[in-house]
Amino acid sequence: MRDTVSDVPICFDGVRLRVGDVTILDDVSITLATGATTALIGPNGSGKTTLLRLAMGLARPTGGRITWGGRADVPPTRRAIVFQRPTMLRRSAAGNLNYALAAAGCPRKRRAERIGDLLDLVGLRALARRPARRLSGGEQQRLALARALAKDPDVLFLDEPTASLDPAATKAIEDLIRTIAARGIKVVMATHDLGEARRLGTDIVLMHRGRIIEQAAAEKFFAAPRTAQAQKFIAGELLV
Amino acid sequence: MPETSVIELILSADPALMRIIKLSLAVSLTAAACAALIGVPLGALLALTRFPGRQVIVVVLNALMGLPPVVAGLAIYLLLSRSGPLGSFGLLFTPQAMIIAQTVLVAPIVAALARQTIEDLWLEYRDELAAMNVGPLRRVATLVRDARLSLVTALLAGFGRAAAEVGAVMIVGGNIDGFTRTMTTAIALETSKGDLPLAMSLGLVLIALVIVINALAWGVRRLDERFAG
Repeated sequence: MRDTVSDVPICFDGVRLRVGDVTILDDVSITLATGATTALIGPNGSGKTTLLRLAMGLARPTGGRITWGGRADVPPTRRAIVFQRPTMLRRSAAGNLNYALAAAGCPRKRRAERIGDLLDLVGLRALARRPARRLSGGEQQRLALARALAKDPDVLFLDEPTASLDPAATKAIEDLIRTIAARGIKVVMATHDLGEARRLGTDIVLMHRGRIIEQAAAEKFFAAPRTAQAQKFIAGELLV
Repeated sequence: MPETSVIELILSADPALMRIIKLSLAVSLTAAACAALIGVPLGALLALTRFPGRQVIVVVLNALMGLPPVVAGLAIYLLLSRSGPLGSFGLLFTPQAMIIAQTVLVAPIVAALARQTIEDLWLEYRDELAAMNVGPLRRVATLVRDARLSLVTALLAGFGRAAAEVGAVMIVGGNIDGFTRTMTTAIALETSKGDLPLAMSLGLVLIALVIVINALAWGVRRLDERFAG
């Protein structure tokens, strides 16, 4: 069922998304390659979430082409996403992981061990039997990360992974993201938090009004932004 | 004194009384089970598919939740009567006819509530299940499983309606003593005959039954909250 070709690199070629009369993404061309942790930054409504949904394959572009490892229309068996507001299934924490493992085709015998590993990774073993919807915001976010990792993805998309979390919970999530990236999983995260982009991103993509304004390595982007919008955004001015 | 007679009738487990209660429960429980087999898949289908005319079906289904039992009874009567299209089965004035009529009453309730429940859950789960690459069959199974306690509540509501209705079972069952007489039809008959103690004791049993059903529904909701959050 699972083939050997990786989903990465993911290539957007002149991708457009129009819904009715509204253009949400306009002529987006970008390659998401192995190695770097890509931080998509930009104000609300700039198209970050839409780009992630297209890259995940949850929506289809109305123009242009997206390929995963050189192929089009690849089902999402090797890529995972954590939504900005993850929905916990109406099961226990362990039940959520068991479900994701089953959906990913993990044989029943191996699941208990994998559930234990995933719970340990996100530090939730003690809460394994707790109903997932009863967990705190930070715990739900960590469980959502573990659930996304159940399918052993090549690439993990994160949509505002720490929005609405307090500093301690944010730190726990950011440490986890570093661990995940260190395992060789390509991480693409959308954030409007410049500090988070600095802390985690090695590759920065600035979006504004559905377009990619600038893409550069993190040091270069923050030290010497090329575009006026990037300079404004880094200076903390409002991009409207 | 009617009061003592009422209590005596219930406490002595009067055989005629017991037979009536048993038939009532058997008919309404069977009808609720049939309604579940029809209503849950129908509700899931309407919740998860989009086709022309779906909205109309949803509206009709919601309207059928308030279908007057006498009208349902009349329709089934016409179908099952000697000259009706299903007359050759000879089902009119049998418990089977009563089960059919009550299924017709309860199935729309189960289907409409199941549709609402499953659709709400689907809106919540859609993106996550798509991201997990969950296929259509597993998707339906997941939604029915995760909505199961709400579906049980819908079934209890349906059973309550079946057990309490009088119009449909009266028309298609005929209220035949010892054969198709239920609690509700017996109450109607005994009251008009003036045998108030029997009518009142059946009324008490019926009210107790309704209380039990509602207590069960309440318990299921509490369970739901505890386990599902």
